Amino acid sequence: MRRPSRRLVVLALALAMLSGAALAGPAAAKDTVVIYTALENEQITDYKQGYEKSLPNIDVKMLRFSTGDISARFMAEKDNMQADVIWGVAATNMLIFKNAGLLEPYAPKGLERIQPLFRDKTTPPSWVGIDIYMSAFCVNTEVGKKNNLPMPTSWADLTKPVYKGHLVMPNPNSSGTGYLSVVSILQRMGESEGWKYLDALDKNIAEYTKSGSKPCKDAAAGERAIGVSFEYVAQAMKKKGSPVEMVIPKEGAGYELEANGLTRKGKNNPAAKQFLDWAISNEAMGFYAKYWAAVAVAGFPVPEGLPKDISKVVYPNDFDWSGKNYNRILAEWTKRYAK
Amino acid sequence: MAILPADASAAAIPDSTVRHRLDGQTVLRYVLIGLLGLFLYFFVLYPMSQVLWRSLLDNDGGFIGAANYVRYFSTPAIAASITNSLYVSVVAMIITVGLAFVYAYALTRTLMPWRGVFRVIAMLPIFAPSMVQAIAFVFLFGNNGIWTRTTGINIGVYGAKGIVMAEVFYCFPHAMLILIAALSASDARLYEAAAALGASRLKTFFTVTLPGVKYGLMSACFVVFTLVITDFGAPKIIGGKFSVMATEIYNQVIGQQNFTMGATVSVVLLIPALVAFVVDRLVQRRQYALVSSSAKPLEPRKNPLVEGGLFAYCVIIAASITSIYLVTLVVSLVARWPYNLTLTLKHYSFDAVGVWTRLFGTVYVYTPLLNSIYVSLLTAVVGTAIAFIGAYLVEKCRTVASTPLYMISLLPLSIPGMVLGLAYIFTFNVSGSILNRLYGTLAILIISNLVHYFTVPFLTATTSLKQMDAEFENVAASMGVPFYKTFWRVTVPIALPSIIAISMYFFLNAMVTLSAVVFLVAPGTELAAVAVLLMDDAGDTEQAAALSVLIVAVGLAVRFVYWLAMRRVTRRAQAWTQTAPDQLTVMGTGSLA
Repeated sequence: MRRPSRRLVVLALALAMLSGAALAGPAAAKDTVVIYTALENEQITDYKQGYEKSLPNIDVKMLRFSTGDISARFMAEKDNMQADVIWGVAATNMLIFKNAGLLEPYAPKGLERIQPLFRDKTTPPSWVGIDIYMSAFCVNTEVGKKNNLPMPTSWADLTKPVYKGHLVMPNPNSSGTGYLSVVSILQRMGESEGWKYLDALDKNIAEYTKSGSKPCKDAAAGERAIGVSFEYVAQAMKKKGSPVEMVIPKEGAGYELEANGLTRKGKNNPAAKQFLDWAISNEAMGFYAKYWAAVAVAGFPVPEGLPKDISKVVYPNDFDWSGKNYNRILAEWTKRYAK
Repeated sequence: MAILPADASAAAIPDSTVRHRLDGQTVLRYVLIGLLGLFLYFFVLYPMSQVLWRSLLDNDGGFIGAANYVRYFSTPAIAASITNSLYVSVVAMIITVGLAFVYAYALTRTLMPWRGVFRVIAMLPIFAPSMVQAIAFVFLFGNNGIWTRTTGINIGVYGAKGIVMAEVFYCFPHAMLILIAALSASDARLYEAAAALGASRLKTFFTVTLPGVKYGLMSACFVVFTLVITDFGAPKIIGGKFSVMATEIYNQVIGQQNFTMGATVSVVLLIPALVAFVVDRLVQRRQYALVSSSAKPLEPRKNPLVEGGLFAYCVIIAASITSIYLVTLVVSLVARWPYNLTLTLKHYSFDAVGVWTRLFGTVYVYTPLLNSIYVSLLTAVVGTAIAFIGAYLVEKCRTVASTPLYMISLLPLSIPGMVLGLAYIFTFNVSGSILNRLYGTLAILIISNLVHYFTVPFLTATTSLKQMDAEFENVAASMGVPFYKTFWRVTVPIALPSIIAISMYFFLNAMVTLSAVVFLVAPGTELAAVAVLLMDDAGDTEQAAALSVLIVAVGLAVRFVYWLAMRRVTRRAQAWTQTAPDQLTVMGTGSLA
């Protein structure tokens, strides 16, 4: 009986040491920065190569959810703040954070290069934008042909009965893309007409997804015919070999800025500021410009397949209105369409 | 006369020494019992009270009584999730138990070939998160699934239909294990009597077989019902617009961070789970009395016709289960399903956040998978220690605390994982509290797992301790051996098969669980099952499939090691006894709730 017990002791000790070592974490004295982000996974993987090389002293811990989800989590933790930095979250949500007193104004290095549209108007700014993205439809041509669906060209087309059950759209509660689409429709048509339009659209929607990219990815996989999504993911899916076409609605696409900010965590974290400096550097802008039609610093080339001048295809967004009415619009939307 | 030597030896030891030693041991016992009590208080009772309390508050912390409940039941769209949940749970329960009964019957009551193979294949879903079944059904029966593309028939998998299909496969092994146990415990004398009385096979089936397993059937029903109503992985993926209570909690908490509403739905979700749990306990208590010690095990007899039919049935079921994992594997290995079928490993280079950890040299591991293995390993080690020592303290050190501790130890079985996760947010995400230290760590994930899955190991350990004669302790104590030495040298080695089975149970469940941990993962502590969910949320279905394949592979590998260890232990330490061949079976099922 003695032998197995002794072995058990050794095993237990080994496991205890293993656990102790792992819980204590890496011994290297790196500065930790906790980042909350809504950027796309595959983009972060790309950007990571940049910040890991440029900021070797920083250990980045990142949490990624869709815009609404990461925002809700950040707000819920306001008394026990975990995040140091917000990176790439919709400007609308940044406005809400700012009004709730959750952001520490900070002027990152190189702020003067940022175009005026892309930053908070106060100085120092509470948030600084990095890119613009806009709503776009992803249409699977193969599925469309099989179901005899005409190619939609406008928001108005999407309410036609022929598309019933073939549309997917992100839930604006969780998805920034979903919210910008809804808010742009409400701003363009006015609230009463806008909700009437959304009622009609709802009849055709097969599912409201959690993330803004999933509708397009579902269309690309052939699971759905048309996904209301955003332009980058449409291009990415096309490049991956799916039979999808990107459609920018002719009434004008909704758009949104993605922005960064320093959180009001109560303690000074120089590494967080260092990261924010990097996040608007030319190196970072170069990364963003691989994916987006417009970035915060002028002069970067536009990726292939995207409109050269986006001001011609988007419908102007009143960010203040969008932020102020955020909760009201989402509550109304939930009352009408959440099942 | 016989008393004399004992008296003499006792006299040889000074009285004070005996007293002192006894006191020291008693103190140690009370300290250990106290620690167990603290553990159960801080990680079970207190968090659960927080959920109940929060459901009575508004989001700013003001007391509003039952207003949340009124709002919940008066919002038709949200209240629909209750009937939806009950509907899919009952339908999935009926189908699963029906299918599993025939399967288990074929495995236990016939001599058909390949019984072992069928059994192993049916166990596969135990190794996968509940989402895998749903993902596979999308690939098979989705709008662009294999079936739909080749036949042109769209069965409309998104919604209740898809949820039921996915849950049936997810719950199948759990029901099968219970029914195998029930069908194995039969009394051949009853069948002999039936035959002597001239009853037909059909009549015997309805008058002997079915009544004999009725408690097993009921138990299987409750387990499946609870598994389905508390699962949110499958409805999340394949539910479409069909909302159930578990996804409702997820949406309220993760999507809107509306914690009070999450708490409200949680309390409502507790009710059916609690009812199922209580009824199941009552049923199980009666079941033990069913097979008497003089029962004769039933020896199945050859019957080619019945066997042929059942064999075909088992082939169909086993092939369906296999096809789920096969399709998941294939999708994870091709470039762009279904448009580009070139083989590739690119979906295994996961690009979700948190990404890769360098093990050594150029060997990198996907961090969430590494976290999962690590968390599961520690859950297994720590959980086994707490469950076994806890059961020992309750069973072998009788105090006034024994009964309450036993009752509280049973409680986690009836707590749905999401409710536990939410309770932990309320308990640990409080600034200024010492408990806050645990928030966002791997430790809280380990604790939530070991509480979530505490009851079954605790009961297994209790059963195995009950089987041990109290004479061991009595003799040791009278010889002056301290109880902890007896525990280590006698109790643990005898119970080694149970202990290994318990650790296996903890490991496998911790590997695939989603419900409690989905609320608790933080930057740097992402787990594989949660990553699968997030990947699918983001539309990266192929990557979700690839990561699922790896989760299953880890589970199977560990199961294999377990099998080796068990064989060794049975051969060496247990040479004197005849233990059950597979303690995992004795433990009944995997992950209730």
